[in-house]
Amino acid sequence: MTETIATPTISRTIDARGSFCPGPLMELIRAIREGAVGDVLEVYSSDRGSKTDIPKWVEKAGHNLIGVFERDGYDAVVVEKLR
Amino acid sequence: MDRIVILGGGVGGTLVANLLVKKLRRRMDRGEATITIVDASGEHTYQPGFMYIAMGGERAEHLKRPERSLLDKRVTLVVGEVEKVEEETRLVRLAGGEVVGYDHLVIASGSRILPEEIEHFEQEAHHFYSAEAARRLRTALDGFKGGRIVIGIASMPYKCPPAPLEVAFLIESELRERGLRDKTEMHFCSPIGRAFTIESVSEMATPILEQKGIELHTFVNVEAIDPERKVVLSLEGEEFPYDLLILVPPHKGAQFVIDSGLAPAPGGWLPTDRHTLQVGGRPNVYALGDATDLPLSKAGSTAHFEAPVVAERIAATVEGRTVAKKHGSYEGKVMCFFEIGDGKGTLLQFDYDHPPKPPRPNQLWHLGKIVFNKTYWHTVPKGRV
Repeated sequence: MTETIATPTISRTIDARGSFCPGPLMELIRAIREGAVGDVLEVYSSDRGSKTDIPKWVEKAGHNLIGVFERDGYDAVVVEKLR
Repeated sequence: MDRIVILGGGVGGTLVANLLVKKLRRRMDRGEATITIVDASGEHTYQPGFMYIAMGGERAEHLKRPERSLLDKRVTLVVGEVEKVEEETRLVRLAGGEVVGYDHLVIASGSRILPEEIEHFEQEAHHFYSAEAARRLRTALDGFKGGRIVIGIASMPYKCPPAPLEVAFLIESELRERGLRDKTEMHFCSPIGRAFTIESVSEMATPILEQKGIELHTFVNVEAIDPERKVVLSLEGEEFPYDLLILVPPHKGAQFVIDSGLAPAPGGWLPTDRHTLQVGGRPNVYALGDATDLPLSKAGSTAHFEAPVVAERIAATVEGRTVAKKHGSYEGKVMCFFEIGDGKGTLLQFDYDHPPKPPRPNQLWHLGKIVFNKTYWHTVPKGRV
């Protein structure tokens, strides 16, 4: 996905680069637990599995996947906490 | 004088101490180097045996030995709880006020279980991460007459990643033998999108779950336990009713590593170089075993294969030489047996670059695990294997 949509205001950035699956997902889950409804969380991951694992989890958990953005050597997954 | 201090007398700490003695014996005998282990209990526990208290007639007293009995006589054992590491002064402060100075520090402080982090866990859920909890689970299984068993993992990371699947497989076998399988629904809940973190192991285990009629639920991160309704609630919004609940409790690193600023809260896992095992770029501080943040199994096997690297690197520094090629760098080697039930097992052997290719389950790997468990005391801590 390319960065064509307006970037929302990020409430919290979780830098999980260098961490391997399921590390980035677990970091996001912790941030979701700690955050408030409406928070927009951004997870940086250099693990290729995160690109698919995190969106699947976000769908099951009922949150909003704003996007997966390719950056220089890592992905930024942006998620809005909905409940 | 080189003072080497090792925090923790588990697999990693004990093995590093004994391997260092082999390398530095002459210097130690000349009074040029000392090795001290600081351990909270002074007892060495073979934790993989806990599961067999619940599942295989093992007894808690067989799983403990005095740490002193496993150490070379040249190693000093200090029994005390570490409160803080002061890096500026190179001091380890113990709860009783005692202070131990170091030049080289090895942190082998393992992980802690924290069932209390989930409300009602201790009243409602069983686990097998202590001898006492495993005994309680055995009693619950003995009294089980059929119903709904839910096996899950409260949060990651946790010790011995295959253990919850092994327990599911072993309980399923047991219930079949006891004629209770038809009266029992079994559910296995995984916090991630598959049965196991490593894809190849997941691919091996998922068909076995299916064949044994154990329903797999993915992306289940335990949020709460409702003791009135006997239901586990997940963060993802699902509910799992249970008659018997078995949950891996939350795990964290040692509190003192957080308090000393060596590892970030809340997890307390030490930021560890994947090859040198140095902590946060510090040249004289190493970590191994459960205490690290490495993307590997938190298991005795990991510590077992990391220990020679820590010992070699410290010995090279003490002796003022370059690190030997053999054991100079940790490549992520882990090897562990995996119980499948019905007297069968398989083997997980892998490193950073080579995922496991588990062989077809057979009786040999199950027997291998039993033999390893029985011979552990004479082999691993003393560096014989």
